[in-house]
Amino acid sequence: MSAKKPWCTRVTSDAKTTHIPWLGAAVLLLLPVAVLILGQFLPTYPLRVLDMILLYAILGLGLNIVVGYAGLLDLGFVAFYAIGAYSWALLASGQFDIHLPFWLVLIIGAGLAGIAGILLGIPVLRLRGDYLAIVTLGFGEIIRVLMNNLDGLTNGPQGIARIDEAHLFGWTLSTPLDFLYLLVGLLIIAFLFVWRIEGSALGTALSAVREDQDAARGCGIDTTRVKLVAFCTSAMIGGAGGVVFAAMQRFVSPESFTFWESLVIVLVIVVGGLGNPFGAILGATLLILIPEMLRAWADYRLLLYGIALVLIILSRPRGLLPRAYGPSWLMRRLGGGR
Amino acid sequence: MGSVILQQTINALTVGSIYALIALGYTMVYGVLRLINFAHSELFTAGAFIGLGLAGALGVSGHPFAGVLVGVITFVIVGLIGVSVEIVAYRPLRGTSRLAPMLSALGMAVVIQNAVMLIAGRRPLIYPSFLPNGVVEIFGAIVTYKQITIFAVAVILMVGLELFVNRTNLGVRIRAVAENAETASLVGINPNTAISLIFFIGPGLGAVAGILYSSFYGVASFTMGFVIGMKAFTAAILGGIGSIPGAVLGGFLLGAIETFATAWMPVLTGGLIGTEYRDIFAFSVLVLILLFRPAGLLGEHVSEETMVYKSDF
Repeated sequence: MSAKKPWCTRVTSDAKTTHIPWLGAAVLLLLPVAVLILGQFLPTYPLRVLDMILLYAILGLGLNIVVGYAGLLDLGFVAFYAIGAYSWALLASGQFDIHLPFWLVLIIGAGLAGIAGILLGIPVLRLRGDYLAIVTLGFGEIIRVLMNNLDGLTNGPQGIARIDEAHLFGWTLSTPLDFLYLLVGLLIIAFLFVWRIEGSALGTALSAVREDQDAARGCGIDTTRVKLVAFCTSAMIGGAGGVVFAAMQRFVSPESFTFWESLVIVLVIVVGGLGNPFGAILGATLLILIPEMLRAWADYRLLLYGIALVLIILSRPRGLLPRAYGPSWLMRRLGGGR
Repeated sequence: MGSVILQQTINALTVGSIYALIALGYTMVYGVLRLINFAHSELFTAGAFIGLGLAGALGVSGHPFAGVLVGVITFVIVGLIGVSVEIVAYRPLRGTSRLAPMLSALGMAVVIQNAVMLIAGRRPLIYPSFLPNGVVEIFGAIVTYKQITIFAVAVILMVGLELFVNRTNLGVRIRAVAENAETASLVGINPNTAISLIFFIGPGLGAVAGILYSSFYGVASFTMGFVIGMKAFTAAILGGIGSIPGAVLGGFLLGAIETFATAWMPVLTGGLIGTEYRDIFAFSVLVLILLFRPAGLLGEHVSEETMVYKSDF
């Protein structure tokens, strides 16, 4: 992002269309407002489910940068999520009697996850395809086993309970409704951030890396650096999500950060549609809502969930919302532009 | 001292045999379809439970031939399940993208695991021993007949597979499709036949491993597949995914690394790194191998063309 050395010169520029597509913006704004209004009427339990949907949508948006835009399969995303969650658990609880404010830990958690992303990225990003996927998987498991065993730091499998209540600028976050506001806010930020990346020089560079790494390098794109930036930003979003998760549950244990969690987040974006910010939201809605709706079947719940997953993937192998139908498409359609 | 090392070598061979048998299923599927078959570990579990059910139904536990009979029937049943999983969940997705079949496999893993849970129950079951009891002392190391049987069964199956793949007509077809499915179909080999065969043999071997594993530890639970599956998958990569001898080597190597590291690390580090880090060794080895020799120990260099997802995303 430095001015000195751009990753790639911008080929397509939409600088000519200066008018703001008001209708599109209004439609985009309608969604969070609708969610907030809906939140006022929901009882506690459905509110929690709604919170989880929003959280997974944020995680999905984060992972989408690496998987959807850069085309690198990351199966260890949960590690960054765990780093964020443990940041809040350790820096705002009786564990070490440190009680930092929420906003600060949000930054620290995202920062630590970002650093972990870079540290992981430097050695592994020269790998491609499945090998990268497997190394990230191994990394995720290593982080989980560490959390399980570093008893002095993380309290081992018992996890850390009695985490502080989060306060944000004098506003106490305790009920699921409070978190709904926070999550809607964070989701909007993450959404705009990811959408901006898509249209930026970085986004162009990322899709070049995805389509053909060698050709991208031939165009003068510093592929390693582009991939590192993608890894780091994605990890930061994961870390921030983890901080919110820990503040919401007020309890963390390694149980919550298994390989299965990583896979659910990958599923969120694949089911929704890779490389499409709307896809992450739709995918999160489906993947959290389906098991909730199947609760009535008790023991058969996961069996039916598995069948539903297979059926969705069989019917739409490329996801429900294809890449081309993202927010930019919506803006064009509604804004009456090109 | 010598007997301790011998003892651990024997333990390593036992665990390694089981890893190797499961790793074969991962590696064969990957070699042909470039697919990480997440359902494989659950077929391992299913094998253990089907063996248990058969023993109950036939009322034959204890007799040595009964064990063989149960093993063969389980091999066939789980093999057929594997073939149907491929036809239902993977075949329609062939050629769409690389991610879709992988996630479909994941969905199948959830389905199979929960089907096992619904039939066999949530609680771990005590597993009858199909293997002979008794011990023999070799140079101060205690070897149970169970360990010898596990090793022997694994070796017989691996040699059998090696002969099948290299010496028979069907084996040639499998190798041809693994090499290049399109070219194979040009010379009149139906790739679907070869793929079905792989999905019969791989899960079958995994199922036998499930019986051996549960008999050895005396217990079977519906969640046991996941961790073992991950380790076996690690073994497959260690040896070079796609390579059959590689999977065998990787399995035994991983068994050795795990056994020795678990036994010696606490001593070497003065108790700082304890046995609870057992699972970390496997994954650390995996990460290191991939960083320095991505193709694994015996794997051939895979061309970038097949490795990169490209338009799949």
